[in-house]
Amino acid sequence: MKHDESRGSTWQATDLPRRQALRRLTAAGAVVALGKWASPLAAAADTPRVGGRIRVASVASSLVDTLDPAKGALSTDYARQYMVYSGLTQFDSRLGAQPGLAEQITSDDATLWTVKLRRGVEFHDGKPLTPADVVYSLLRHKDPAVASQAFTIAQQFADVRASGPDQIQIRLTAANLDLPVILADAHFLIIKDGTTDFRTAVGTGPYRCVDFNPGVRTVGRRNPNYWKPGRPYLEEIELIGIGDESSRVDALLAGDVQLVNGVNPRSVQRIRASGDCKVHETPSGLYTDLVMRQDMIPTGNADFVMAMKYLLDREEILRAVFLGHAVLANDQPVPPSSRYFNPQIPQRVYDPDRARFHLRRADLPSGARLAMIASPAAELSVEIAALIQDSASRVGLDLAVDRVPPDGYWSNQWRKHPLTFGNVNPRPTVDMLFSTFFKSDSPFNECGWKNPRFDQLLLAARSERDDEKRKQMYWEMQAIVHDQCGLAIPAFNSILDGLDRRLKGYGSIPIGGLMGYNFAEYVWLDT
Amino acid sequence: MSGSIPSLIAKRIAVAALTLLLVSMIVFSITSLLPGDAAQALLGQNATPAALAALRAQLGLDQPAIIRYLHWLGGLLTGHPGRSLSDGLPVGVLIGKRLPESLLLAGLTTAVSVPLALALGIVAAMYRGSWLDRALTITTLSMVAVPEFLVATAGVLIFAVELHWLSALTFVLDHPTLGQLLRGYTLPVVSLCFAVTAQMARMTRAAVIDQLNQPYAEMAALKGVGLSRRVLVHALPNAVGPIANAIALSLSYLLGGAIIVETIFDYPGVARLMVDAVSNRDMPVLQACAMIFSAGYLGLVLIADVCSILSNPKLRRS
Repeated sequence: MKHDESRGSTWQATDLPRRQALRRLTAAGAVVALGKWASPLAAAADTPRVGGRIRVASVASSLVDTLDPAKGALSTDYARQYMVYSGLTQFDSRLGAQPGLAEQITSDDATLWTVKLRRGVEFHDGKPLTPADVVYSLLRHKDPAVASQAFTIAQQFADVRASGPDQIQIRLTAANLDLPVILADAHFLIIKDGTTDFRTAVGTGPYRCVDFNPGVRTVGRRNPNYWKPGRPYLEEIELIGIGDESSRVDALLAGDVQLVNGVNPRSVQRIRASGDCKVHETPSGLYTDLVMRQDMIPTGNADFVMAMKYLLDREEILRAVFLGHAVLANDQPVPPSSRYFNPQIPQRVYDPDRARFHLRRADLPSGARLAMIASPAAELSVEIAALIQDSASRVGLDLAVDRVPPDGYWSNQWRKHPLTFGNVNPRPTVDMLFSTFFKSDSPFNECGWKNPRFDQLLLAARSERDDEKRKQMYWEMQAIVHDQCGLAIPAFNSILDGLDRRLKGYGSIPIGGLMGYNFAEYVWLDT
Repeated sequence: MSGSIPSLIAKRIAVAALTLLLVSMIVFSITSLLPGDAAQALLGQNATPAALAALRAQLGLDQPAIIRYLHWLGGLLTGHPGRSLSDGLPVGVLIGKRLPESLLLAGLTTAVSVPLALALGIVAAMYRGSWLDRALTITTLSMVAVPEFLVATAGVLIFAVELHWLSALTFVLDHPTLGQLLRGYTLPVVSLCFAVTAQMARMTRAAVIDQLNQPYAEMAALKGVGLSRRVLVHALPNAVGPIANAIALSLSYLLGGAIIVETIFDYPGVARLMVDAVSNRDMPVLQACAMIFSAGYLGLVLIADVCSILSNPKLRRS
């Protein structure tokens, strides 16, 4: 199980509609964040067919499987929940927000938001959707007893209340232009008012939950009253989890399952060679990084950090570890696909001479042997560590690779030693990415890095309505991270899914595999 | 004489119960040694000190170990082994769903492997020293030597991925047909048979040969009793004790030891439940599984003992 794939919301940072929204904001003084919904795909050539049954295998399934959106932590949870519930908004292929149960979300000041609900939406048991359901679904995350994964994000909901028969108002603690995108996250899916029992699910989503057996399977049957007419297409979906990657790929190739996520780059050739299946590759903001604790020795030394950054042979890592299924990263977390990506920062390359120079200045005690703690829990970190060890030995730096089991890695190893590896999933907005992993006071600030200028820019950008100014702020923040932060980021992994060729309508939503966990409403089976 | 058999069995059961109590202490203390706890496992990368403390209090993990042990033991004895820390369901319900699946797999494997092992062992003993014996010896030894994940993986690659004859996974089906059962269960059952058959066959062979070397068997041979009769009627009944022990040992493997096969075929058995419980630090489930495996093991050994006692007049008297 890839533990962290897992923990926390999985998101990234581009959104076209917001750009439109901002344009309208400046023009008319009101944010009209949402357009008409569209498929995240380019126009499909074939006409979707209704009917058929598929089995889908995700990367993990155990007793922690849940139907509670607040508790969802693994890709299987997100896939299961998007199957049975709907959110106020939905991600599109650029991670912008499209209308979901909300027909329209508007705001004058990005603090007080008005959400107009879609009319005529019914839960699977026939109960109509009301503002009370939405209010309950959003506010429960603030209750510590719920132990929501979105607890921190939900703290910005100062107040959520019904303001009409089909309307609610959300008041934020501070302006946040990203709210429509945040609401598309799996944790904010809408459940029925007062729901506390999650042994089964009653949602408004494309499939009704007919069987939920944690650690075994979830079965969804087509919801004929889904609020998108004509959708979904499949009669039934069975969702299982297969932890072992080669078993998962075997099951796909044997025809036992029709869709899998978490394909290792090494399995790509095997899947392609079979005539029946194919690999779907989605460039994403997912990365595995070397974490150099700023409060430990010697990783707190700026020259040591710089030496390590120059020691990363990114081209080689891309070729040997990712087998090309990744894009180069530049020691900052915003991927090139983001519209806020700063292309002006020169790409850092492998440079043993500079590394040697900085190492001399770092003045390590001679004969020091430093351990990098790597684990399969942080995807491909063991392989990356081996390559770093090799390039370090060429400049006379003695690094050891301590390979530890994934079990307990995030609690007991990650960030607890000078050199460990982290693994960060795509976040839907740059703000969420920076707030979670780089803000000085964030509990997930990986390297214990503190930069007042960065924090100041982060807060300012959150409410900056001039998109050009906002972009400049994000650019400067990327440059600060690139130069000063104790993280070395070699590459952005591509998300690899494997699917049966008869499965149509598949596309990319770069928040995660399985079409950003949203495959259920889009795919159909060709005969 | 026959009156002593029930008391002998009662004694064995008492010893087994005491053993289980010791096992419960060991299981509890060893699981407490695992780094991290359910709260950390549940929160994962999101664990902050405040969230951890709140969740620990909610799960009762802030109690001292000895209190938790006594509480758990009391629960076990009254049939309430607690609730899963992962999803809050009673442990009994969770295991109740998984145990039949594990027993089905174990039962199918037993049905195939025990007759097969007995036949192989007896044939090898009857023709010991012949080319047939040597061939069987080499085959069974190689079966022991090949790890089951290799057998299972190779089987999946050939029969599921390439030929599409069999299924690469074993699904829970609501109303399986015979064909579906064969498709789903053939590979896991064969893989498990590889692991357990060889041991039983080797022990059967040794036990039967041991009896054939006894003077009474020689006497039977001198009197002109045929080989099959000597083996099946004279030697085999005397070899029941060691054979039953070997079978019990091998079969006890099928509950807990099936973990690799359960993982490869994504089979929802108790062993996989236990591994999930380890990674989620779900101690009530983990401890209940460990107790079930120990109880199953002790039960099988007890049955084997009783078989030995009943089949051996000498033990019966002692």
